[in-house]
Amino acid sequence: MTKNIILRAENLRKAFGGLIAVDDVSIEVQQKTMHAIIGPNGAGKTTLFNLLSGTMPPTKGKVYYKDNEITSLPPHQRAHLGIGRSFQITNIFPNLTVLENVRLAAQALGGDNFRFLSHVGTFGDYIDKAMAVLAQVGLAGQENVYARSLAHGEKRKLELGIMLACDPELLLFDEPTAGMSSEQVPELIEIIKKVVNRKERTAILVEHRMDMVMNISDFITVMSQGNVIAEGTPQEIANNQLVQKAYLGDFYGELL
Amino acid sequence: MSEHKIQRRMTIRNLLQREKAFLIFILLMVAFPFVLGTITGTGINHGVTKFWQGQLIVFFVMAVVAMSYDLLIGYCGILSFGHAAFFGAGAYTTALLFTHWAPSFSTKYRIFIPGGGDITGILIFAFVILMAVLASVLVGLLFSATSVRLKGAYFAMLTLALAEALHILAKASDFIKWTGADEGLHGVPVPAWINPTQFRPRFYFIALVFLFVSYLFIRRFTNSPAGKVIIGTRENEERVRMIGYNPVTYRTLTFVVSAIFAGLAGAMFSMWNMSATHSMTSTVITVNALIMVILGGMGTLVGGIVGAGLLQAFSHFFYDWFGPRWPLMFGLIFIISVLFFPYGIVGTWRLKRLQIKEGWARLIALLAVKKE
Repeated sequence: MTKNIILRAENLRKAFGGLIAVDDVSIEVQQKTMHAIIGPNGAGKTTLFNLLSGTMPPTKGKVYYKDNEITSLPPHQRAHLGIGRSFQITNIFPNLTVLENVRLAAQALGGDNFRFLSHVGTFGDYIDKAMAVLAQVGLAGQENVYARSLAHGEKRKLELGIMLACDPELLLFDEPTAGMSSEQVPELIEIIKKVVNRKERTAILVEHRMDMVMNISDFITVMSQGNVIAEGTPQEIANNQLVQKAYLGDFYGELL
Repeated sequence: MSEHKIQRRMTIRNLLQREKAFLIFILLMVAFPFVLGTITGTGINHGVTKFWQGQLIVFFVMAVVAMSYDLLIGYCGILSFGHAAFFGAGAYTTALLFTHWAPSFSTKYRIFIPGGGDITGILIFAFVILMAVLASVLVGLLFSATSVRLKGAYFAMLTLALAEALHILAKASDFIKWTGADEGLHGVPVPAWINPTQFRPRFYFIALVFLFVSYLFIRRFTNSPAGKVIIGTRENEERVRMIGYNPVTYRTLTFVVSAIFAGLAGAMFSMWNMSATHSMTSTVITVNALIMVILGGMGTLVGGIVGAGLLQAFSHFFYDWFGPRWPLMFGLIFIISVLFFPYGIVGTWRLKRLQIKEGWARLIALLAVKKE
């Protein structure tokens, strides 16, 4: 049964003092799928995400990656296992060039990180890889621009590029379209679709844009008040009475 | 894909072009004693020429201190108020070993190379310097170990406390037999061939080579894969962690490299003064390093050299003009400099140059559009 499961969380719980943000959540992510986690504000999506990516330790419960327990593994070691993550609030290196942002990520898993007497220019492979990734996320031609002077949408693309340059098997997206204008969203979705499918990667996506989630994900977990209230394919979720009542109905009403 | 800001290969021509200003500065410094000696007619080991070489030696040594501090604050973004501890550890180790260990060792043992030459002196010198570096690296590791849990101002306070602890140790009367407590160690028997009063030009060129090599090493370090991760840690620690680097490891590496150069500078300084006093571990050293880096520009490396030169020049001339109250005047200069050059002299200059370049590019783009 665990054969096709890349990431598994068992009875995860996270309490901030008296507030229980994630309460006894178990989740299984199938390999090579797009798995979305949705829920209204304050449902505990981002907290769950932080537990999965290792930014916070859980109060209780266990996380497995390919059947190996990674509950207490720090984020930089998870990156070496092949887990990459993006952030809800744009998280890039503002004072470095676009190329250097991605090159730094490409270098991370290469094994040359402690070479401190050679010039970076001698490691052309990382530069080439960074250039390839930049082309993939649609930032070709902007290599020498400082990351801080990019437009917001471009920063999101750059963040995606940083994540991709590490060649992760499992991608964790924390609201990749947050703060983007509606015109920019489809382009980013196309890029996400492309990078996830091209190498048959797995992706976990936290999102509140319903239309986007319904379109691109294979499996959806719905959270509310720190609990999982429903799981299933987009079809099942759309037809789920409980979800509609607790979340979808309201949300659609707000959006449209 | 052909035009990258990052150069693929570092050729000699490349180096000459990039480090033009620095290399010219080094050449000027090489020529300085000869030129001044000829002009004043004193010869390079006498009179005013000898005096000015002494001033420049202190400048070279302090420039290395500033660069090692810049590595911490400018490249890794670590605010540390304990830089005097690295410097002092190097200075005291050197002075202590030369005073208490080297004389007895060299009377007991002599080491010869197979040909028959006596290399005891060289070996003792190398060992002392090595120990000085080791001592400051140990202090550096202690500092970085505390940086795992503490951040920002809290960390700065702790480094200040640790450096003060070393300062108190240096002053403590309990160790008066070894360290001379308040008096310090004076008349340290440094090897005769490096004696700064006897062979001033020799010491001058050793200090100059020290500055030159330190600069090239630190510059290369900041351009290496490891150095780029360190800059990334400054920019965004969380991001660095998420792409698979452990920031603690890289902070430790920065501390070690910074401590090596600060410790070496301390060793040079104690050999230059032929003494070690508790003032070499006091916060004045740290504050001077901070002032030099801020004056010259953080994260520019050259800025440290510029700042050290300015501080050295100001302290010399202002003392002549204003007497012991010169720091008051210097403080004024410092405030004005921070107001007008917020990124330091080198930093502001680079920023302006970049802005002017970008301005021309925009103008050209505008004209190109008009033509169509």
